[in-house]
Amino acid sequence: MKWDFSSVLSNSDALIAGLIGTLRLFAICLVLGLSLGLVVGLGRYSRARWLYWPATAFVEFFRNTPVLVQILWFYFALPILLPFEISPLMASALGISLNSAAFSAEIYRGGIQSIERGQWDGARAIGMNYLQAMRRIILPQALKRMLPALTNRAIEIFKMSTLASAVAYVELLQQGKLIASLNYNPIEAYTTVAVIFFVLLWPMVQLTYVMERRLRRDE
Amino acid sequence: MSILSVRGLAKRFGANAVIRGIDLDVEKGERIAILGASGSGKSTLLRCLNFMELPDEGTVALDGRVIGQNKRYPESELIGVRQRVGMVFQQFNLFPHMTAVGNVMEGLRTVQRQSKGEARARAEKELARVGLADKAETYPAHLSGGQKQRVAIARALALDPELLLFDEPTSALDPELVGEVLNVIRSLAEEGRTMLLVTHELGFAYHVATRVVFLADGTIHEQGTPDEVLKHPRKERTQAFLARHKEFSL
Repeated sequence: MKWDFSSVLSNSDALIAGLIGTLRLFAICLVLGLSLGLVVGLGRYSRARWLYWPATAFVEFFRNTPVLVQILWFYFALPILLPFEISPLMASALGISLNSAAFSAEIYRGGIQSIERGQWDGARAIGMNYLQAMRRIILPQALKRMLPALTNRAIEIFKMSTLASAVAYVELLQQGKLIASLNYNPIEAYTTVAVIFFVLLWPMVQLTYVMERRLRRDE
Repeated sequence: MSILSVRGLAKRFGANAVIRGIDLDVEKGERIAILGASGSGKSTLLRCLNFMELPDEGTVALDGRVIGQNKRYPESELIGVRQRVGMVFQQFNLFPHMTAVGNVMEGLRTVQRQSKGEARARAEKELARVGLADKAETYPAHLSGGQKQRVAIARALALDPELLLFDEPTSALDPELVGEVLNVIRSLAEEGRTMLLVTHELGFAYHVATRVVFLADGTIHEQGTPDEVLKHPRKERTQAFLARHKEFSL
């Protein structure tokens, strides 16, 4: 067989629209997922039961249900229960963010727990309160240890964005499907989508290695 | 009036009663060495004095003011106490992600909200006092144990505490590094600072302390001047403790 990418490239404006959609969804889910994850992770770390139990329930629920099901549920089921419309972007962002929050919460909890008790002692002995100690002493050290795991999370989030095609959100895979079905060129269309993902992700991962090295300057 | 006044202090961890009724008054300028076998409650006593551990029974008063009320200790009050009662730990507990000067500045910046310039000037002064002016930009990982402990002392001093608590400050150090830390503590003693020192360095306690307190089973078993307790102990357990410590001395 002959590979013919011209039929894909002639649809480059569709791919660019998909790319913008993917990046938008990724940015939203990365920020929401990782920051909500921190809040939930702190709850999981807390000794206060009214914080611990809701956080634990959240983690267990969203860790143990498929993201694709969550996205479909938010898109098709939630509008029946609640009196407002939900766009494909909202449904996808909700599903992916909540799932990422559940996974990253466990990364945060583990990272915070891995910091020696003496660091809390040192912080409290100079008069810091809980939040100051967390922000200035514990989290910066924990973050360094968590960075590889959080990088994995970010990669996952990026790739999970393709699940949004299930509710016809305009992102790369959705556009790839469209091009393939219009031009009967699935090989070229899906190969292009895969290559675009690699070309975007690989440099991002390299960037986090640079960050890891920078964070190690105190060693 | 005593700087610090402890009455009926008790602390247990689960079923284990570590401190069982301690009364202690500390006058301004006193240097109290706290001795005792491991498990006698020395560290826990010290940690109750800046409320790193919350007492189960009894009261701790600073400058005549009892801290907390009905066994409730609001964090805002304890934060004030901890700035007035500095603590130095056996394991230093320096912040590894900050330079030496960053460690010393941290309380001034984050807790006391001083400007960067002000905090930095103060921190550099304290580092110079412990002989580490040239290590200001060094991270703890590149400091020796003795240097780390001196940075930790500078960090405590930066907040201008009225009282300093030393929890076995030289126990984690290689023997050849003990001297530099003890020298810094002695220079603080010569300035007339009030301090409580949990230590196994009997010689240092003898020369620097104004009073020696011997703990056993979470109570004060014997106390007095260094000469009384270390040279002429009256109680059997004190004698046995000192004999064990002298067993291998030259």
